[in-house]
Amino acid sequence: MQITVSAGKGGTGKTTVAVNLALALSESHSVEFLDCDVEEPDAGIFLKPENENSEPVTIEIPEISEDVCTYCGDCSEACEFNAIATFSENVLVYPELCHGCGLCSRVCTADAISERSKIIGEVRRGSTGSIDFYEGDLTIGEPMATPIIRDMKKKVTEENISILDSPPGTACPVIESLHGSDFALLVTEPTPFGLHDLRLSVKVAREMNIPVGVVINRYGIGDKSVEDYCEDEGVPVLMKIPNDRKIAELYSNGVPFVNKFDNWKGRFNQLFEEITRIVNPRAKSVEV
Amino acid sequence: MKQILVISGKGGTGKTTLVSSFASLAGGKVLSDCDVDAADLHLVLSPRVNRKEEFSGGKEAVKDSSKCTECGLCYEGCRFDAIDENYEIDHFRCEGCGVCAYVCPEGAITMEDVLSGYSLESSTEHGSMIHGELQAGEEASGKLVTEIKQKAKKLAEEEGQELVIIDGSPGTGCPVIASLADVDFALVVTEPTESGLSDLKRVVELSKNFEVEPAIVVNKHDLNHQKVSEIEKYAEGHDIPIIGRIPYDSNVTRAMVEGESIVEYSDDGASEAIREIWRKVENKLLEL
Repeated sequence: MQITVSAGKGGTGKTTVAVNLALALSESHSVEFLDCDVEEPDAGIFLKPENENSEPVTIEIPEISEDVCTYCGDCSEACEFNAIATFSENVLVYPELCHGCGLCSRVCTADAISERSKIIGEVRRGSTGSIDFYEGDLTIGEPMATPIIRDMKKKVTEENISILDSPPGTACPVIESLHGSDFALLVTEPTPFGLHDLRLSVKVAREMNIPVGVVINRYGIGDKSVEDYCEDEGVPVLMKIPNDRKIAELYSNGVPFVNKFDNWKGRFNQLFEEITRIVNPRAKSVEV
Repeated sequence: MKQILVISGKGGTGKTTLVSSFASLAGGKVLSDCDVDAADLHLVLSPRVNRKEEFSGGKEAVKDSSKCTECGLCYEGCRFDAIDENYEIDHFRCEGCGVCAYVCPEGAITMEDVLSGYSLESSTEHGSMIHGELQAGEEASGKLVTEIKQKAKKLAEEEGQELVIIDGSPGTGCPVIASLADVDFALVVTEPTESGLSDLKRVVELSKNFEVEPAIVVNKHDLNHQKVSEIEKYAEGHDIPIIGRIPYDSNVTRAMVEGESIVEYSDDGASEAIREIWRKVENKLLEL
């Protein structure tokens, strides 16, 4: 079961929900945690993984042998990302624009293009208690988060519960995080910004045919518009986390709140049961 | 003309709260919302859209199944796992590189322009605004940011304005890198939490990589004094000024619910702190 915790708006509590859910479930299930927010990986602050080892993530970028290059310009013309410019007597590659698709070397008739691996980040693997912990880390200055997420997601196993902490927004890194998920758990706050960005997230998940549920964080601030929207749209609100200074203080110190408030472990387990029912509504009746 | 950018690394630290306040405090300027996949500035500024233009930032592979012989060359050639075992194209994963169309011996795949989103030119009571809407799940957020910034700059020149204020997106990836280009000064908003500090460091490094001078604003500074001193220590060690400290203020959410900026909504607390920050930003702009 792959559950991706996502949000349109940043800072609504994705990591808080993902981390606490993973910890609560890990007492009775095999859980793996993937921090897909590779531009700002913060889950490790809360889960404090041990025995981490890392693997680099690379993309293949072109290298031009100028001694055989005929400066025909076919590669520049073919590249959809403007990553190669051909001039009358030299060729420039812009590695930060290159997606590593390999089309340039295919179209080159002079056999002047070879490829070299360029490191754009890494995936670290460690453990937190019984949780298998993975985090992606995009090297500062590198633009493309998607290859790191894609690489890391190859570690997802079918038999375990995988909790994915997604980046904010609705652009390609979010799509890659949601891809193949059984459920999108969308975290929002009860404010106009929260509502606006929740609508976008629901739209994306629905386009991808992924069932959704909502967690309202900082419940008590703002207004009722998120709840009204969820009711109108038939989006289940699965949990409300109160706007509580103690929870905020624990967060600020990197402490998951289920470790301090034991009753929340049960609530996160209930949340998981409800997700299971939504993902597989017939499972229960089959068992019976 | 000067361009200032508000970024944060971590989402939800208060970028838009700050920019919407600057909108009413600053004199002649053009506003620009570059958080294209979760744009919220318009929720406060209620812009009247004068012009909406389609934006295409890339292509997508489209297959004509009647020509496909299932030879599998496209599947082997695609490096983005965007073609499945049944040789169907996954449009969420397709990066539009064109390798599949190039290798297909039957000409069954064509590359078509994708509508990535829209750029909008609007009027608000605090001046003109250029903003964007990324189609849910689209690539090319960085390209749309570049488009919006160019339009904002051009509009400022036409209107004879000396300043462009840019609301950035969270993270460190392509939209943030695109937003940093050509900017004179970056205001980095953080919060005194372990995650806030970690993300602050990453985005400050990014901004320095692109030779944009950063200054720090600590939002909700009264949440955790220990973390504030850690931020101060970091800032001092890296010679980055902290130009403001904003207290936690429940009026910030109330103002948002009313669709107003905090400086319009109230006079003390966060409002007072932001006015002070704006005075310092104005002084800074005179120095540049």
